Amino acid sequence: MKPFQYLRPKTIAEAISMAADYPEAQYIAGGTNLVDLMKRGIASPSKLIDINHLPLKKIEHRYDRLRIGALALNSDVAKNKSVLSRQPLLAQALLAGASGQLRNMATVGGNLLQRTRCSYFYDLALPCNKRKPGSGCGAEAGVNRTHAIFFAGNGFGGNEKSSCIAVHPSDMCVALTALDTEVVINGTSGERRVPFKDFHRLSTLQPELDTNLQPGELVTAIEVTDNAFAQHSHYLKVRDRASYAFALVSVAAALQMDGGRIWDARMALGGVAHKPWRYWAIDLMLRGQAPSEKLFREVAEHEMQSAKATTQNAFKIKLTSNAIVAALKAATGIS
Amino acid sequence: MKRQSLDNPSDTSLSRVDGAVKVTGAATYSAEYAIPGLVHAVLVTSTIAKGSITAIDSREAEAVPGVLAVISHLNAITVPGWPAKKLPAERVAAGTALRVFYDPLIYFDGQPVAMVVAATHEQAVHAASLVRVTYQQEAHQTHFEKNIGQAGIPQNVQRAKNSPFQDYERGDASALRNADVRIEAEYTIPTQHHQPLEPHAIIAVWEAEDKLTVYDKNQGVKSAQGQLAQAFKLPRENVQVVATYIGGAFGSGIRVWPHTMAAVMAAKQLKRPVKLVLGREQMFTSVGYRPYTKQKISIGAAKDGRLAGIVHEGTGQTSMYEEHLERTVLASRALYACPHVATRYRLLPLDVNTPTWMRGPGDATGMFALESAMDELAYALKTDPLEFRLKNYAESDPERNLPWSAKSLRECYELGAEKIGWKNRLPEPRSVRRNGMLLGYGMASSLYGFHRHPSRARAVMHADGSVIVQSATMDIGPGTGTAMTRIATKVLGVNAKKVRFDLGHSALPDAPGQNGSSTIPSVGSAVHVACEALKSKLVTLAGEMSEKFRPGAEVVARNGKIFSSADDKDGLSYTDILKHHRLNELEVTEASKSGAERDQYSMYSFGCHFVEVEVDPLTGEVRVTRVVTCADVGAIINYKTARSQSIGGVVGGIGMALMEHSEMDHRFGRYVTTDFASYHIPVHADVPSIEVYYIDKPDVQANPIGSKGLGEIAIVGVAGAIANAVFHATGKRVRELPITPDKLI
Ligand SMILES: Cc1cc2nc3c(=O)[nH]c(=O)nc-3n(C[C@H](O)[C@H](O)[C@H](O)COP(=O)(O)OP(=O)(O)OC[C@H]3O[C@@H](n4cnc5c(N)ncnc54)[C@H](O)[C@@H]3O)c2cc1C
Ligand code: SF4
Repeated sequence: MKPFQYLRPKTIAEAISMAADYPEAQYIAGGTNLVDLMKRGIASPSKLIDINHLPLKKIEHRYDRLRIGALALNSDVAKNKSVLSRQPLLAQALLAGASGQLRNMATVGGNLLQRTRCSYFYDLALPCNKRKPGSGCGAEAGVNRTHAIFFAGNGFGGNEKSSCIAVHPSDMCVALTALDTEVVINGTSGERRVPFKDFHRLSTLQPELDTNLQPGELVTAIEVTDNAFAQHSHYLKVRDRASYAFALVSVAAALQMDGGRIWDARMALGGVAHKPWRYWAIDLMLRGQAPSEKLFREVAEHEMQSAKATTQNAFKIKLTSNAIVAALKAATGIS
Repeated sequence: MKRQSLDNPSDTSLSRVDGAVKVTGAATYSAEYAIPGLVHAVLVTSTIAKGSITAIDSREAEAVPGVLAVISHLNAITVPGWPAKKLPAERVAAGTALRVFYDPLIYFDGQPVAMVVAATHEQAVHAASLVRVTYQQEAHQTHFEKNIGQAGIPQNVQRAKNSPFQDYERGDASALRNADVRIEAEYTIPTQHHQPLEPHAIIAVWEAEDKLTVYDKNQGVKSAQGQLAQAFKLPRENVQVVATYIGGAFGSGIRVWPHTMAAVMAAKQLKRPVKLVLGREQMFTSVGYRPYTKQKISIGAAKDGRLAGIVHEGTGQTSMYEEHLERTVLASRALYACPHVATRYRLLPLDVNTPTWMRGPGDATGMFALESAMDELAYALKTDPLEFRLKNYAESDPERNLPWSAKSLRECYELGAEKIGWKNRLPEPRSVRRNGMLLGYGMASSLYGFHRHPSRARAVMHADGSVIVQSATMDIGPGTGTAMTRIATKVLGVNAKKVRFDLGHSALPDAPGQNGSSTIPSVGSAVHVACEALKSKLVTLAGEMSEKFRPGAEVVARNGKIFSSADDKDGLSYTDILKHHRLNELEVTEASKSGAERDQYSMYSFGCHFVEVEVDPLTGEVRVTRVVTCADVGAIINYKTARSQSIGGVVGGIGMALMEHSEMDHRFGRYVTTDFASYHIPVHADVPSIEVYYIDKPDVQANPIGSKGLGEIAIVGVAGAIANAVFHATGKRVRELPITPDKLI
C-alpha cells in the first residue's frame, strides 16, 4: 500500500473543496472496498478524505419518498422500519449481500461505488482495460465464468483495447434499479440528481468508468419513491455458496397485484452486466396477466434472447432465465 | 459401546486445555513473538511461470524510508548445505526442493524472486511493490488436460521396486470384462488449497553465528529442525524450532518451504531477527495444495451384486522440480472384497509449484472416485448402495491377505443408516421434493491407513502432585494437548488441572510431525507408556513405605493417590511418596513404537458418511442439510475434541464437494482465485447439523491405547457421499468437482 495522507473534513462543503483541490484524493466511507483496493495496489490515492463524520446517516420518509443518507450503514438500512414497510425489496437485497460484519461497516454511498470483483482487475500482473485502459481485457478469453452476458465484450461497440465484460457486484443496486430511485450528488457547482438508471455506466468505450459521477463529486443520499410493491417483492440471489458470496445472478422482482392479476411489474438483474440490468419490457409483458409458471418462463426467455455468453458463462443464460422464473413465483406466491 | 452426540451423559471429556488462552488472545502464534530488534520482510513473487530473471531494479524500493535490504539471487548469502551455483544456471531435475534466491531460474508463477526487509511491515509492503523484475520468458505448460499425454510413472516409483505406487494387479482381468454390469467413468478434482485462516509466518533469530531459533508455523518442529540444520550445516541442537500454537494447517506445514528459508537467510545476512508473514494471495503459491487429479475407474459386478473387478487409474499434477506422490488409487485395493483389482498411478509435471499433502491426501481424492463409481454401479444393478457395499464387505485385507487388527465398519454402516433413516429413502432419483427442493440421500465409505511412528515422551511428577508431560508433537487444531492430558490423567489418576502438556518445541523429546493422523496412535502411546513408567516408579518408591505396595502388587490410581487393588483403601498420595523420599520431582522418558504386529495384521481406520441434500430445481444450488458421520478408529481418547475433528473433516468435505476450486489462467500460468472472495470455503450457512458417532472399541493390536487415527478419515469419503446424494436428488451424476449450480441446471 502506498503511503497516503489522511484528511477529515468537518462539513460537506469542506469535503467537496478538499476533493476539488486534490485530484488524487479519494473519499473513504466504510473502507470495505477501498482498503482492499489499496492493499492490492489497484487504488493508490495520495490522500484519503474520511467522510464518516459528515451528517449523512439519516434515513427518513418525507412526502412521497424515502431518503437514505449516503453514510447510512447497510445494516442500519436493512433493519430500518420505513425501509422494511415501504421498500422490503431493498432490505432483502442488502441482507443478501456480504456478511454481517461487512454490512456493519459498508455505507450506501460506498455500496453504489464499489468496484467489480473481476479477478483480473484485482491483479496488477494481469491485463485489464478497466484498471489499465488499453492493456486488454484479461477475462474475455480467460476465466470468465462469473462475467457479463448482456452488452458485454468486443461485439458491443468496444474493441480489444476497450472492452470489459465485468459485472457490477452490488446487490443493493439491483433492488434500487428495479425501484424508482434517484441519486443525490453534491459537487463544487451545487447539488444535482441523477435517475438511478443513469448513475452506473455500461462498459462501452471507457470501461475505466463505472459511473457517471464526476471527479470530486460526493454522493449525499439516495431517494426511493413510494410504490405499491411491498406485498409482492422478492430478491433472489443465486450463488456458489449459501452466504457471503457475490451473486452468480440475482433478480429483484417488484409486482403490484390485485384480484389475482399483475398490474405493475419491475425487474432488475444482477451479475449479468456492467451495471444492474433493468428488464424494461417486463411491465408490458405481465400487466393484466394472471401469474403462471408458463407465463413467467416466456417472460424470462424473452429477455434472454439478447444475452450473449463468453467462453465459460453460457450457463448464466439458462440460470438467469430460471432465476427470473423462481423470483416471479416467489413474488406472486405461486408454487 | 456406541456413543451419541453432544448430550451424552456418560461423556467425561475434557474441554480444550488451551481453549481459554486461544479465545482470549493470550496464545502466542508464530508472527506474534515480540523479539527485540525485529525487522519485517515482504516477498516479491514472479509474474511468469517459466523463464529466468534478467534484471532486478530495486533502486526505487531501496529509497523508501526504513528499507534495509532488497534480497534476491543477486545478493543473497550462500546456503552452506546447497551445492555451489552453476553458471550459467541449469534447471534441476525432479527431486530438488526449490532453492530460494539461488539462481535466476523461474519454475512457477508466484515463485519468490526478491524480498524487501524494512523497519516496519508497511514500509516493506510499499517497497516490495516498487521492485521491478524483468524476465526472459519461456513457453510454459500449466494446463493439466492439454498435457495429460505427458504423464508417466513417477521416477521415484521407477527406482523403488517396493513402492506402493507401483502398478498393481490381483486376480484375473477377464473377471471385469465378463462382469454382468460394468461402469467406466472419469472423475476430476481441481486444485484445492489448504488456506488455513492463520497465514504462514516465521520469525527467524540468529542467537549467535551458529545458533538459530525460528518461530515458524509448521506441523513438525523436529523435521523442520533437521531440515534447517542440514541446510545451514549446523548440529541439530543448534537449531531450535518453536510452534506452540497454530491456526490451522491441514498439511500446508508439513515441510520447510522456500519462504521459511528466505527469512532465515535474510536474518543471517542482516544480523537482525526477521519476520515474514505471507499475504493471502501468496498462500496460493507458497505452501502446496491438493493437486489437480484425473481418475478413471472401470468397475463391474455380477447380477447378484458381487464385485467382479475394479481398475482404478489416477494421474495427479506435480511440479517440474519435485515429485509429489499420494495414495489416490490405493484404497481401491483394500476397501472391498473384490477378486480382480488393478491400480495405476501417474504423475504429470507442469510449470507449477509442488503440491503437498492436504487433509486426507490422495485418499480423499481417490475415495471420491471409488465411492462415486460404487454408487453408479449400485444404481446400474438396481440395488441399494448400502446393501451393495455390505455385500462386498472385506472380512480381511484383500490386498495383503492379512486379518484386520480390528474392523467395525459394518457397525458404522448400521449406525449411520439408522440415524439418517436410510430405510425410508426412495430408491428412484429425483423422486422426492421437500418445500419445492429436490431431496436426496447419499452415502460413502471411508478408510485411512494406520500410521504410528516412533515417539518419545517425558513425564515428570512434582512434589506438589502436579505433572508435566512433554513431547515435541504439534497441535495444528485437533486438541493434541487436551488428548494427551486425558491419557496422562487416566494412567496416573490425577485431576486434569494438575497436568500440563508441553508440545511444539524442538527441544522436547522426539515426536513425529502432525500428519497422517498419526499423533494419537504414536505420541498418545508414548505418553501412555511414559505415564505408566512414572507410575510404576512411584509404586516402587511406595513399596519402600508400605508392605501393600511391594513388588508385584497390583495398584489403582485415582485422585492423586495409589491404592492397592487388594483392599482399595488407605491409598498413598504421590505428594507423600515424593516427600518421604525427599524428592522434588520424579522424571521418566520413554519411547514407543510399532512392533511385529504390523506384519501380522492389517490396520486401518474405517468409517462412513450419510448425507442429505436439497437441490433447488431452478437454480441448481445444493445445500447439505444433514450429515451423519460414523467412525471406527479404535478407542476414543477424548470425545469432545474427537467430535470437533469429525465435524471439521465433514466441513472440509463440503468445501471439497461443493465449492473449493483454485482456477488458473493458463495463458499466464497464474491463479486468478487468490482471495477468499473468489476461493470459496464453506461459511456457517453451508454447514448443517453434523451428527458424529463412534464405535469406540479399542483396537488392542494397534498400540497400548487401542486408538487409531481420526483426522483424515473425517474428510475421506465426504465428497463422494455428497455427490451421491446430489445424484439421488437430481438424477445428475457430477464427476467433476466442485458441484456448482452451473453443473446442475
Ligand atoms: C468479502 C466481501 C464480500 C462482499 N460481498 C458483497 C455482496 O455479496 N453483495 C454486495 O452487494 N456487496 C458485497 N460486498 C461489497 C460491499 O457491499 C462494499 O464493499 C461496500 O458496500 C462498500 O461500502 P464502503 O462504505 O465500505 O465503501 P468504501 O470502501 O469506503 O468506498 C468505496 C468507494 O466509494 C467511494 N465513496 C464512498 N462513499 C462515497 C460517497 N458518499 N460519495 C462519493 N464516493 C464515495 C470511495 O471513494 C470508494 O471509491 C462485499 C465486500 C467484501 C469485502
Ligand atoms: S472484464 Fe473488465 S475488469 Fe475484468 S479484465 Fe476485462 S476489462 Fe478488466
